[in-house]
Amino acid sequence: MHPAISVSHLEKTYAGGFRALKDVSLSIEHGEIFALLGPNGAGKTTLINIVCGIVNASGGEVRVDGHDIRRDFRKTRSLIGLVPQELATDTFESVLATVRFSRGLFGKPRDDAHVEKVLRSLTLWEKRDARIMTLSGGMKRRVLIAKALAHEPRILFLDEPTAGVDVELRKDMWQIVRALKETGVTVILTTHYIEEAEQMADRVGVINHGQIVLVQEKRRLMRELGKRELRVHLQEPLDAVPDSLAQHALQLAADGQELVYTYDTQAERTGITSLLADLGTAGVRFNDLTTRESSLEEIFVDLVRKKAV
Amino acid sequence: MNLYAVRAIYAFEMARTGRTLFQSIVSPVISTSLYFIVFGAAIGSRITEIDGVSYGSFIVPGLIMLSLLTESVSNASFGIYFPRFSGTIYELLSAPVSWVEVLLGYVGAAATKSIILGSIILATANLFVDVQVAHPLWMLMFLVLTAVSFSLFGFILGVWADGWEKLQIVPMLIITPLTFLGGSFYSIDMLPPFWQTVTLFNPVVYLVSGFRWSFYENADVSVAVSFGMTVVFLLACLFFIRWIFASGYRLRS
Ligand SMILES: Nc1ncnc2c1ncn2[C@@H]1O[C@H](COP(=O)(O)OP(=O)(O)OP(=O)(O)O)[C@@H](O)[C@H]1O
Ligand SMILES: [Mg+2]
Repeated sequence: MHPAISVSHLEKTYAGGFRALKDVSLSIEHGEIFALLGPNGAGKTTLINIVCGIVNASGGEVRVDGHDIRRDFRKTRSLIGLVPQELATDTFESVLATVRFSRGLFGKPRDDAHVEKVLRSLTLWEKRDARIMTLSGGMKRRVLIAKALAHEPRILFLDEPTAGVDVELRKDMWQIVRALKETGVTVILTTHYIEEAEQMADRVGVINHGQIVLVQEKRRLMRELGKRELRVHLQEPLDAVPDSLAQHALQLAADGQELVYTYDTQAERTGITSLLADLGTAGVRFNDLTTRESSLEEIFVDLVRKKAV
Repeated sequence: MNLYAVRAIYAFEMARTGRTLFQSIVSPVISTSLYFIVFGAAIGSRITEIDGVSYGSFIVPGLIMLSLLTESVSNASFGIYFPRFSGTIYELLSAPVSWVEVLLGYVGAAATKSIILGSIILATANLFVDVQVAHPLWMLMFLVLTAVSFSLFGFILGVWADGWEKLQIVPMLIITPLTFLGGSFYSIDMLPPFWQTVTLFNPVVYLVSGFRWSFYENADVSVAVSFGMTVVFLLACLFFIRWIFASGYRLRS
């Protein structure tokens, strides 16, 4: 079976001469949720827009379910639904009309039952006859999602779907994405909320300066790059880390109430045993120990910083 | 061919007209009536007849052409410019449609509106003056060809324009003068010989002339030439639009 999306050696140089994508290769499997992360201007939207047919590539190849996006554009585009980053809506249209329009535009016969289902899942049904300009920003975002789902796409692109959206809608969105995954839909999302990727994604791709920095299964990424932190809560606050503990790379925190020890989960030895032994020898008494895993966000910031130098 | 898409775009565009019914239909009717009152009464009292047709009747085809051209251009250009301006064009660009469906939808709707409008003006004119149509089929053919050609032209304008000003300035600076100077309200042989020659470079002359011939069987240039020029203009627009989509000009970066 072909991958849902396969991008190889993709290049994009905009008219002004700016090289937004540099030899990007990426493969996305059917039915997975793929989170594309990267700082502003990294090239996420450019990549998505090329796959969807909005921007022309300067080089390389993109296949959707094995079909070339240029030669078989009718096939590939009818498989794809896109929720764009920008809130662009037909202000004067009603919600129902604009969603029906999308379905027709993507070559599907009218199906009121499906449209109703989509609108209900986005709690837009009550607003179906409202003109879009009378809706709030979050509601408009829902309308864009409804439009993207109107033609029952097999692949859904969500370009920062939760930007400027309240917690409620974000939860709804996650629910919808999970429900779509159940039905085998492939979802590619970009987001600046790492929390979102952490919650939703099966795999994470990081892009920076138009280059793919890494693509990995989320769990593995967190395991491999994740740092753990051991916090030692002291009985008596310290002014400085005792000299006898210097070799352990400790830091004082919480006004000297805590010692923080960072270690690599993948390392041969974590150094915890010797640390604890040395704490005893130094006469440092403590009443609690906690450990914490670094979040995807910390991993991500780390990665981007490393690649930048 | 994605017929559902053609229908969706067409219906969308026609619904837009429905919302602006007054602006799209009523205002041209009013301005046409004004033309009749002003031209018919003021000039008509001096020029009583041209080629055996009363002046009021003589200007009917020209008046229809004037509205047909301006409305076709402005409808079609607005239809495609607005999504570019508002950003909703993303959906069209990511849809499984080729330039053929896009044109059938947008230009089809714009041309339909113009044709309806032309018919309304014809009916309005009938209230003021005596109008005869000698060749109804030819009349319809010129009506449709002109509406389609200039809707295509408007589409190109809407793709080219990068601001509202440009969108409005082309009809104002090009279409209206060409129509007024194209023999809408006079016969070309009323002009001095030099200007008669200059006028022949004005494509609108051929449209008006052919159209008027279908009414009163008198023409400034031969019908075959009129017809040929209209078709040439239509094809030129078509090829240009095909190029626009192939190259991505102003649509896909
Ligand atoms: N039409 C365009 N013409 C010229 N340069 C462009 C164009 N669109 C985007 N760029 C540039 O390409 C780069 C990548 O932009 P892109 O929108 O893909 O970034 P992004 O990763 O989606 O960023 P964000 O997180 O801010 O949405 C940016 O430097 C941007 O300025
Ligand atoms: Mg973006």
